[in-house]
Amino acid sequence: MPAPLSRWVFVTVATAAALWLSTVGASGQAAAVRSPRTPDGKPNLNGIWQALNEAYWDIEPHAASPGPVPVLGAAGAVPPGLGIIEGGRLPYQPPAAEQRRKNLENRLALDPEIRCYLPGVPRAMYMPYPFQIVQSPQFVMMVFTFARAVRTLYMTDHTEAPADSWMGWSNGRWDGDTLVVDTTGFNGKTWFDRSGNFSSDALHVVERFTMTDPDHLRYEATIEDPKVFTRPWTIAMPLYRRLEPNAQLLDFRCVEFAEDLIYGHLRKQPAP
Amino acid sequence: MRNRRVVVVMILFALTASIAPVAAQETAAGRVTAEAAGYRAPRTPDGQPDLQGYWTNSTYTPLQRPPDITREFFTREEALEIMKKAAAAESEQTVPGTVADVHYDFTQFGLDRNQGGVPLNLRTSLVFDPPDGRLPPLTAEGKRRAAERAETRRRMGAVTDAAQNQSLSVRCILMDRAGPPMLPGAYNNYYQIIQTQGYVMILVEMIHEPRIIPLDLRAHLPEHVRQLTGNSIGRWDGDTLVVETTNFTDRTAFQGASEQMRLVERFTRVAGDRILYQFTIDDPTTWARPWSGELPMMKTTGPIFEHACHEGNYSLYNTLAGARADEKRAAEAVRKSSQ
Repeated sequence: MPAPLSRWVFVTVATAAALWLSTVGASGQAAAVRSPRTPDGKPNLNGIWQALNEAYWDIEPHAASPGPVPVLGAAGAVPPGLGIIEGGRLPYQPPAAEQRRKNLENRLALDPEIRCYLPGVPRAMYMPYPFQIVQSPQFVMMVFTFARAVRTLYMTDHTEAPADSWMGWSNGRWDGDTLVVDTTGFNGKTWFDRSGNFSSDALHVVERFTMTDPDHLRYEATIEDPKVFTRPWTIAMPLYRRLEPNAQLLDFRCVEFAEDLIYGHLRKQPAP
Repeated sequence: MRNRRVVVVMILFALTASIAPVAAQETAAGRVTAEAAGYRAPRTPDGQPDLQGYWTNSTYTPLQRPPDITREFFTREEALEIMKKAAAAESEQTVPGTVADVHYDFTQFGLDRNQGGVPLNLRTSLVFDPPDGRLPPLTAEGKRRAAERAETRRRMGAVTDAAQNQSLSVRCILMDRAGPPMLPGAYNNYYQIIQTQGYVMILVEMIHEPRIIPLDLRAHLPEHVRQLTGNSIGRWDGDTLVVETTNFTDRTAFQGASEQMRLVERFTRVAGDRILYQFTIDDPTTWARPWSGELPMMKTTGPIFEHACHEGNYSLYNTLAGARADEKRAAEAVRKSSQ
């Protein structure tokens, strides 16, 4: 029975080859990460992403200005930016506008970024470092370079924030092909940028992540904080995929870079 | 009452949750395979063995075998008795006056390991190779380095002299036992594993430490780029996730290791509620031969909360401030007595 046997051999070899190819494909970053859909049929947001704008300095439109650390000269200057806010300006309540002015004046002492504190949301999304999305049906994890901050998006088990935190408590869901994330439970200690724009513990952020092509996400967020602003407002920007073949998050454990600033005055002085 | 209840809960947990892996452990001294237990891990949608979920690796088992024990395994009865005693000793510390300085109510702050569940482990030490359960002797270079580190440490002065004199744990930079290798400490030994195409992520609760392990056979970072947790690359060896980590610094110095340490971790799901975690340390500059250990990770419940360690590090601030206040008081006392 040579014919059936050779057919059997052919099928076996072909199957093995197909399996081998699929294994190789799954283990290659480009194939795995850039396939448009996950096995459960959702847009595949896995990968390393980064914003490319000047909002980390100031989310409002702004001209260039000298930076807060004069010895850094041009390297430390605030680059100009168009901002990320729809409508341009933030709708502060009058006392909050005054607080923002004070924050800006004292930013070297008050900006949580300088102390390596967890950046909060949405600030983490547009800091000038890459972040990685690790997507499963139950959880979408976002891991940020800065301070190695982590956001856990609960996709199936939605609960109220059990406690206040820096990065908030995020419930996610799919609205068609858009990932919608509802985040509350903030501790009110985070800022939006290096210019003193701030929020309170009443902050409520609703974000929308939409893949516009394999290497770009459209990111939009509606920000509501009745203790600070007169009305909700919206930010939007593209997020870009980091395409370096060896792209990965590297350690940026910034705590030790802030220790002299925080604890330096408590260092033992030599006996007089 | 409270102590007794905790112990009873712990023992029930151990009895109900650990039968299959114990059988597996007893089959082959240390070289446990999932097949030995007749278990096949479920699969993720893209076909990886599924390690996902919340896990704890709390243990009362010491890293090295105590000198007075010559066996590799306890009997089940002996192991349960040891856990019971350890749990009782931890719970005792909830009662003021039972130990010299009750600093915390252990149960209230979750500092009693048995509260979160401790998987039963019949091993007398986590180290199973060398077979005596103890680290191999240090090489001459390893000894010299250990002496140098002690001397450097001595020159730095007291831990209360500066923040930088404290351990990485106290400074909220990296928990000593967060690793890798990931070994449990006294509390909050929780991990969440998430898998996606091309990556396994492990979120270590302590100091919200994310480990992202690529599975794409990429090369390690250039040799001179070094990180506290090294640089990890994973692959599947059958049903076992194998993670190789290099590019360490000389700052974590795991058990005296140098920055040349090469770590291989193996994660095997041996039961629905159990991952066997094995690790091998290879650092010829420190030890004459590689050594290996293993311990179970037991399924637990989530979620893992944000551990904003640095942001709330009042203890480091107050420790330093207290030391400076003491010095000031001492200096004033000297001034007064010399007047």
